[in-house]
Amino acid sequence: MIEARALVKRFGTVTAVDGVTLRAADGRITGLLGPNGAGKSTTLRMLYTVLTPDDGDAWVDGVSVLTDPLQARRRMGVLPHGAGLYPNLTARENIEYFGTLHGLARGARRARAAHLIERLEMQSFADRLARGFSQGQRVKTALARALVHQPRNVLLDEPTNGLDVMAVRTLRRLLAELRAEGHCILFSSHVMQEVAALCDELIIIAAGTVIVQAAPEELKARAGTASLEEAFVRLAGLGTPESSA
Amino acid sequence: MRAIWRVFRKEFRETLRDRRSLFTTLVIGPLLMPALISVALSMAIRHGAAPASRPIVLTVAHAERAPQLLQFLRQYRVHIRALQADRATARAMVKRSHSLLLYVPRDFGARLAAGKPASLRLYADESERAVQSRVQRLGSLIGLYGGTIARLRLVARGLDPQLLAPIALHAIDISTPQSRAALVLGMLSYAILLTMLMSGLYIAIDATAGERERGSLEPLLTMPVRREYLVYGKMLAACAMMVVSLVLTVAAFAVALHHIGLDRLGMSANFGPGVAAGIVLGCLPLIPAGAALMTLVAAYTRSYREAQTYVGLVLLVPTLPLIFANIMGLRPRPALMAVPSLSQHFIIMSLLRAQPLPATDLAISAGVTLALGAVLTFFAGRLYRREKLLG
Repeated sequence: MIEARALVKRFGTVTAVDGVTLRAADGRITGLLGPNGAGKSTTLRMLYTVLTPDDGDAWVDGVSVLTDPLQARRRMGVLPHGAGLYPNLTARENIEYFGTLHGLARGARRARAAHLIERLEMQSFADRLARGFSQGQRVKTALARALVHQPRNVLLDEPTNGLDVMAVRTLRRLLAELRAEGHCILFSSHVMQEVAALCDELIIIAAGTVIVQAAPEELKARAGTASLEEAFVRLAGLGTPESSA
Repeated sequence: MRAIWRVFRKEFRETLRDRRSLFTTLVIGPLLMPALISVALSMAIRHGAAPASRPIVLTVAHAERAPQLLQFLRQYRVHIRALQADRATARAMVKRSHSLLLYVPRDFGARLAAGKPASLRLYADESERAVQSRVQRLGSLIGLYGGTIARLRLVARGLDPQLLAPIALHAIDISTPQSRAALVLGMLSYAILLTMLMSGLYIAIDATAGERERGSLEPLLTMPVRREYLVYGKMLAACAMMVVSLVLTVAAFAVALHHIGLDRLGMSANFGPGVAAGIVLGCLPLIPAGAALMTLVAAYTRSYREAQTYVGLVLLVPTLPLIFANIMGLRPRPALMAVPSLSQHFIIMSLLRAQPLPATDLAISAGVTLALGAVLTFFAGRLYRREKLLG
């Protein structure tokens, strides 16, 4: 479970995130939806402790990211935007390296890497050096790497960017499976179809603040429209809505 | 703390698969540098050996006017060739072939017989170094011949020839074979220190600019590891590469210089296993400082390419004191032993000269250099905590 209360982040004179409060529950997929520059990535970066909030706090399974970032990190698996691999290591070694840093014993991390490689259908390239991987192969490896320590909470920043249809389907299936296993999944996106297909809960964020957090059906009802996209545009206050479908 | 070791193992393994790092560590250090210095040294030896042993070829116009002089010169290994062409052609030939042309004027014999100064003209292109030394040698030979005539004249007039030599200067060369060799080997410490630093370059850049550029920094920072431990692990790997490079390079120099045979010149390179081990030990303290310095500089750059440029420039900083030392002829003293890289240079040179430095000097060198390394390492760790590192 991930909670954030009144998170604020400023870069110089720009306030990128201005009091974000949100909650992502276990056993649910929560989507962070917003236009480019709304503060999605900055919010996620504060949650996964790469950035320190200027104000507010967040908790991962009740552990504060401010006071105990190391413990909070143990409970999270993170796929940052544009996550890169080590080109001179194989996919398997990339995965196992993060297992090492999480303190997994050799046997445990080997087994875990083998399991993830199978689960993400990476067998064909698992033992090749990561240099020259396709975007799909890279994201799969980075995702396996993020899950190597069996984190209860999984955070993904724009995970489907640059993926082909097959890779997106693998990812969706994996996220659905993780949800069934009771994990808390929080991911950001600006692609409506993706969010609609996956999320149990939606958080719409614009100009650094949360506009609304609700289930997709509830959002449509609140906006008085049957289309999620239309609801998003209206609720996020983006320009003039098209005629309701 | 175990995280440092984990990061180190991964970085070291990855570096062993990186062609550029391996090239720097295994080829430039142990092969290229000793080869370059060896070639330079052998050339210096051949040049140094030339004046004394090699005959001078002297073209003479009107050799028939000074038969005795030329006979004298022949005794001192001067090959006399009579001029066949006219003077203008001869001068052109002198310029082309770096030879010497001696012109004997018509009145040479007559003036000599009359006890008056007899002149000779020597044409040579002195912009050539080899020609300069031949002119000098020929000049002193002719001076010697003239001196003999002068003494004979004095004796003929009943005077003591010693009147011509009121002061006798004896230049006594007190350089030992080792110190003469060390002068030639002045480039050696430069080569050792530079290649050592270079082999840590890629890991140091990779720790910040490289990780950031390929997008692996952010995932790395989500690991439950203190950030300074990440950078310490990487620096440790850079240090390990530098140690490998240092050992290989020094060993290669020991072997290469052994094969050049400096003893032919009456010099001994004095570069046995003991000296090699001493050089490695003396240079070790500089390694952490170098790794931390390169890491720090790389952290402030915006891209891998930029980091390469700046770190490459920063690599020159530790070599600057060596250049100053060579130009200004600095000698070791305690204050200078507190200058990292310069003190390592002094240690290398003292070992080559077989003039051991006092233990306090060695302690100052190691102490100050290690302290600098610790301070720089601390700052590199601090830097890894900054959010700006993400770019």
